[in-house]
Amino acid sequence: MNNLEFTALVGAGSFGAGFLGALTGLGGGVVLVPLLTLLFHVDIRYAVGASLISVIATSSGAAAAYVREGFSNIRIGMFLEIATTLGALFGAFLAVIVTTKAIGLIFGGTLLYSAYLSTRPHKDVYTDEPQDPLATKLRMNGEYPSLTGMREYHVHRVPLGFGLMFGAGALSGLLGIGSGAVKVLAMDQAMKIPFKVSTTTSNFMIGVTAAASAGVYLSRGYIDPGMSMPVMLGVLAGSLLGARLLAKTETKKLRFVFATVIAVLGIEMLYQAATGKI
Amino acid sequence: MEIRKTEWTDQRTEELVGQLLRAGVTSAAVLVVAGAAVFLVRHGFQPANYRVFAGEPTDLRSWRGILHEALHARGRGIMQLGLLVLLLTPVARVVFAAFAFAMERDWLYVAVSTFVFLVLLYSMAGSGL
Repeated sequence: MNNLEFTALVGAGSFGAGFLGALTGLGGGVVLVPLLTLLFHVDIRYAVGASLISVIATSSGAAAAYVREGFSNIRIGMFLEIATTLGALFGAFLAVIVTTKAIGLIFGGTLLYSAYLSTRPHKDVYTDEPQDPLATKLRMNGEYPSLTGMREYHVHRVPLGFGLMFGAGALSGLLGIGSGAVKVLAMDQAMKIPFKVSTTTSNFMIGVTAAASAGVYLSRGYIDPGMSMPVMLGVLAGSLLGARLLAKTETKKLRFVFATVIAVLGIEMLYQAATGKI
Repeated sequence: MEIRKTEWTDQRTEELVGQLLRAGVTSAAVLVVAGAAVFLVRHGFQPANYRVFAGEPTDLRSWRGILHEALHARGRGIMQLGLLVLLLTPVARVVFAAFAFAMERDWLYVAVSTFVFLVLLYSMAGSGL
C-alpha cells in the first residue's frame, strides 16, 4: 500500500483506539502496537515509537480537562516520577538489546494481565487510615473535593509504590504503553490513594514517563515521522471526541468489551511472537 | 496547616499548566499536519514500507538535523519537528512544577522535579539528540 492509503487506514485505526481509550478510561495506547504490528505489519520498534507519541499526545491533550476537577496531587506524581523516568530509561535501553520476539511476548503477556486487571474492583474511599510517617515527611498527603466537602487522605507504603513505578516505567519504555493501569494500581492498591486522585495523577505521570522513553527512541531513530503522523493525529482526534461523549455513555459495558478486545489481542500477539512473525 | 501553603502547586497553577499544554499540543499538531501535507503531496503514492526496521536517517534524530530538514521544507522534517514539540510538552510541565515549588519555597520538591527534568534531558541528549 502507498503512503496515502497507509495514512488513512492507520489514522482511522488510531482514531478508534483513542476514542475507545478516552471513553473507557483504559488508555487506547495499549491497542495501538498490536494494531500496527499485527494488522499493518509494521516493525515493532517503529510501532512502539509511534505509540509513545500517542501516549504523550493524550496525556498533554487531556491535561486541561482533568485538572479542572482538582484531584491530581503533583507531589505524589513528581516524587514517583523519579522512579518511572528512571524505569523508562532502563526499559528504552532494554528495547535495544532485547529481540523483537521477546518484546512481542512480553507485550502479549502484559495485554492479558491488563485485561484481567480492568475487571478488578477498586476501593473508592479509604477512611480512618493512620498517617504514614514517610509519606507525611514527603508532604504527600492531601485532600480532594467530594460530595461532603474537602476530604483528607493519607498516602502509605511509599517504597513499595516507588518500586512498582520503576516497573511501570520500564514497561512503558519497552512496550510504548502508558502503563496507566499499573500506575493507578500501584497508587490505589499499594499506596491507598483515593481512586480519582490516582487516575488524574497517573495521567500527569504517563506523559512524563513516555517522554523519557521517547527521547531515547527519537535519538536512536525509532520514531519515523511518516508513520507516527497518522497515529498522533488519529489518537488526538479520537480521544478529544471520546472525552466529549464521556458523560453520555455507559462505560461499564464498554469497558467489558474493551477488556475482551485487549485479551484477544494479547493472545494473538503471544501467538504471532511465538511463531516468529513479530 | 500545610494544605494552605500549597496554593501555588494546586488548582490555579495546574489550570495554567493545562492551558500551556493545550497550546503546546495544538502547535505540535499544526506542524505535523503541515508536514503531512507536504509529505503526502510529494510522496503520497510511494509505497509505505515499515516492515523492515532500517532506522531513521541521522537528519531526523538530532535537534540540528530536524530543524535543518524543517527549514528546508522537507515534509518529514516538519512532521518530526512537530513530534519533537509534542515531546517537549511533558518536559514543560515538569519545569513549570519546579518553578511552582520554588514559589512555595518547597526546596525538597524543587530538587525532586529538577532531578526528573535532568533525567528527561539525559534521555534526549543521551544518544546524541
